Amino acid sequence: MKYKDYYAILGVERNADTDAIKKAYRKLAHKYHPDVSKDPQGEAKFKDVAEAYATLKDAEKRAAYDQLGRHSPGEDFRPPPDWGRQGGGQQSFDEADLADLFAHFGRGGGRRGAGHHGPIPIPGEDFEVRAEVSLENAYHGTVLELALSLPEMDAEGYMRHVPHTIKARIPKGATDGQRLRLRGKGGKGFNSGHDGDLYLNITLKPHALFRASGHDLYLDLPLAPWEALLGATVEVPTLGGTVQLKIPTGTQAGQKLRLAKRGLPKPHEGEGDLFAIVQIAVPAAANDKERALYQQLAEGSSFKPRGHFKGAVA
Amino acid sequence: MNTEHGEIIWLDARCEVSLAELVRLSGLTETELQQLVDYGALVPVSQREAQWTFSGECVVSIQAAQRLRKDFDLDPNALSVALRLLERIRALESQLRALRAELPAGRF
Repeated sequence: MKYKDYYAILGVERNADTDAIKKAYRKLAHKYHPDVSKDPQGEAKFKDVAEAYATLKDAEKRAAYDQLGRHSPGEDFRPPPDWGRQGGGQQSFDEADLADLFAHFGRGGGRRGAGHHGPIPIPGEDFEVRAEVSLENAYHGTVLELALSLPEMDAEGYMRHVPHTIKARIPKGATDGQRLRLRGKGGKGFNSGHDGDLYLNITLKPHALFRASGHDLYLDLPLAPWEALLGATVEVPTLGGTVQLKIPTGTQAGQKLRLAKRGLPKPHEGEGDLFAIVQIAVPAAANDKERALYQQLAEGSSFKPRGHFKGAVA
Repeated sequence: MNTEHGEIIWLDARCEVSLAELVRLSGLTETELQQLVDYGALVPVSQREAQWTFSGECVVSIQAAQRLRKDFDLDPNALSVALRLLERIRALESQLRALRAELPAGRF
């Protein structure tokens, strides 16, 4: 089993009193709690901090932890033979996690399910994972394979983290920020306690062309100046295939052209829309002929694009 | 390695949960949830107390509030404030996502 120095994690001396431990924990919780902190590593750091605090705040667990002796963090060690009153089963410690050992410590001496004090139903833990989905997969629906490490009790009654692969069918209609619940796919419950749930927090992968807002999609639509002025019919990509879009005469930059029901499907019924936002694109390099035509246009036009500037500032 | 197949439940306005289910899903007690309703931080879809139901959308915020209560020892009053702020953050993040989508690419 790998050793973790709970005192060092909380930054306290080994003889620190309960108040000092609580104070140190709170300070670190404010810094790293995933619901509060912006630190991308916050979640992992807080997990260690919470694990350390859960053991050190409890006098019985702390005494048992202290009996493990002092080791370097990460060092492989074995608890003393009579540690935790469980006796025997030493080989079982090799793959065990220190957190699992202490999580239910005190209920039958770290080993559970024996029923010495009558079984107490313990519900399984809920887990939340971020699931990244491409826009194409959100449009068509997809199956995600989630690799998770979930706590489980082995045949000998010891807690273990066991790798699981969970295949979750994501129906079409999921969008950014959508939460999905997978019933009973979290940690296993014990003694008739129900299994925990797995929560998926859906995020959409950035797409080269489309941006999602709920179930609506946005697309930048570059038009040549003459297409915007004269009107045109242009091909526009959508997630369901290419469509023809009619550009009205005199279309302005920034104008939103709506393609009804060409967005993401909604979970129960209907579809979002696709909005094409017009941009007027100017050729990077005009050849002599084009330049001459523009010159002719500039000389012959009465267009005053900045006419409203005049007299607008008092 | 175990492979399991999971059934998906949408947590949106169409998914309504009872008070008893919310107790199970959130890890908060019935009394704590009643206090959140009393303070106005949690609004049932159906108002009759005997049959309170809640929108599935609130489950995730309430779970986050429950984590904050546990990890920061929040009392019911502070829990209620935390839940209101979490809901505001969720609404603002959703607006921010919508506005970002409308901005031309490369401007944000």
